[in-house]
Amino acid sequence: MNDFLLLMKPELVISIIIFLLLFIKIGKGMSNAGMLLLIQVLLLINFGLGFFKMEEGSLFGGLYKTDMLIAYQKNLLNLGVFLISLLFADWFKKSDHLAEFFMLMLSSLLGMFFLISSGNLLMFYLSLELASIPVAAMANFDLHKKIASEAAMKMILSSAFSSGILLFGISLLYGATGTISFDLLPSVVTGSSLQIMAFIFLFAAFAFKLSIVPFHLWTADVYQGAPTATSAFLSVISKGAFAFVFITVLYKIFQPLHTVWFNLIMLLSVVTMLVGNLFALRQQSIKRFLAFSSIAQVGFILVGISSNSSAGTAAVVYFVLIYIFSNLAAFAVAGTIESQTGKESVNDYKGLYQTNPFLCWMMALALFSLAGVPPTAGFFGKLFLITAGAQNANYLFVIVVALNLVISLYYYLRIIRAMFMDKNEQPIQKLMVPASVKLGLIICAGGIVLTGLVSWIYDYIQLLS
Amino acid sequence: MLTPGLYHLLFISSALFFIGVYGFVTRRNLVTMLMSIELVLNSVNLNFIAFNKYLWPNGLDGLFFTIFIIAIAAAEAAVAIAIIINLYRSHNSIDVEQAEEMKY
Repeated sequence: MNDFLLLMKPELVISIIIFLLLFIKIGKGMSNAGMLLLIQVLLLINFGLGFFKMEEGSLFGGLYKTDMLIAYQKNLLNLGVFLISLLFADWFKKSDHLAEFFMLMLSSLLGMFFLISSGNLLMFYLSLELASIPVAAMANFDLHKKIASEAAMKMILSSAFSSGILLFGISLLYGATGTISFDLLPSVVTGSSLQIMAFIFLFAAFAFKLSIVPFHLWTADVYQGAPTATSAFLSVISKGAFAFVFITVLYKIFQPLHTVWFNLIMLLSVVTMLVGNLFALRQQSIKRFLAFSSIAQVGFILVGISSNSSAGTAAVVYFVLIYIFSNLAAFAVAGTIESQTGKESVNDYKGLYQTNPFLCWMMALALFSLAGVPPTAGFFGKLFLITAGAQNANYLFVIVVALNLVISLYYYLRIIRAMFMDKNEQPIQKLMVPASVKLGLIICAGGIVLTGLVSWIYDYIQLLS
Repeated sequence: MLTPGLYHLLFISSALFFIGVYGFVTRRNLVTMLMSIELVLNSVNLNFIAFNKYLWPNGLDGLFFTIFIIAIAAAEAAVAIAIIINLYRSHNSIDVEQAEEMKY
């Protein structure tokens, strides 16, 4: 009984918070500001509790398992959700259904937790649905906006279709091997043609969720139409969780098919980076731009995954930590400007530095980190990913990846140039940045600067993986 | 008399799967697209049951998977239909061609 409570602690805490919000919502009404403060405190407690007693073990006959690395990954996701609650305060305060939004977001987070620690394909499928269905509802949260409903429609249809494909793959795998347990599968996956076909179906479903080219088409539309908080959640938390579980599935279950997926991932990584970069070059909407930049970043995550070693796992977890700080900061600046002025085009950002230097510096720091410019943590994240990818002595691949880094530098700098150097007669007026957004941005900036320089963070992740 | 074997069932389920995929890609009505997805999910159910009965009769993994898929498909359809109704309110149509605010 004790084991049960301690091992499932992250999930239990999240469930308690969801029920607490539900009861407060149906009980007496609270003002939005009070509710938001309560949620922030609860999420901070949740994040703190994550570090208390991280243990190893499995439950329910292997359906659920956890270890130190999984507990650490859950802490990262908790941190991301806490930062989201701080960073988008401006939009949350104007929203009519704040509590519901967080209930949906936390349900999705709960699904991701179960997803990361699932030990069986049934559990895997159930938690994947729990992780993705609430996000579609979150995408539709601006009910009166036309593009929000369009985004939600694209999201739910593509995620339902991808889960259909995933299930077909799982059913073929079950037919070929006779088991759905992660522990038994590696010994019976031999690489027969039916199993390879099942693997390709599974891979396609993951590619949908991670928005790997050629399954990326929903990403840009959903990010642009959905509320910025949802886009940030999708691009950081959801990407991170699916990257973690992708590693588990590839390294554990499909280890015998290593040669098959190595080539596939190498090819798709290059294509994903190229398409993400080339489309990001010509975007005018800042959210759409961030969507394509996040597609390109997934390409870099794939470089780390292709290494098929514990160094790859460590590099991906480390990169996701940095990605949480930098991408959330970029989305937060875009979200604050959008919620106060309704402007989200790159042209509107011209001359922003004259009126809002703080937001500009934060955006610049975040974009430098996303581009991988040395003093920021993004550089170290990319460095470790590429070093892990180079372990297989595929130097041509690494050179192509490095060239893509150069392309990405151009379009990140385009935004920075618009903000700092371009002249504009009527720049966006001086904005009131709420205290919690300021606090969140400062935490992000601290994370961006310090994560790279404080070396024990990477050492610790490497120790765990 | 011919009794249905594993191959017959697999033939039907693969056919259902590809009919579903074809319908999803070609249909322009959102509700019909949702129906196509249900076809895909049902083909998977058939697959699981057939494999469970003919190849791996010792366990009940396939049957349990099927029950969960049916339940989740209902939940997914509920959310999807709610979203489609909201889309209908703003666009006055459930044709995907009408939802074209965002491109490239």
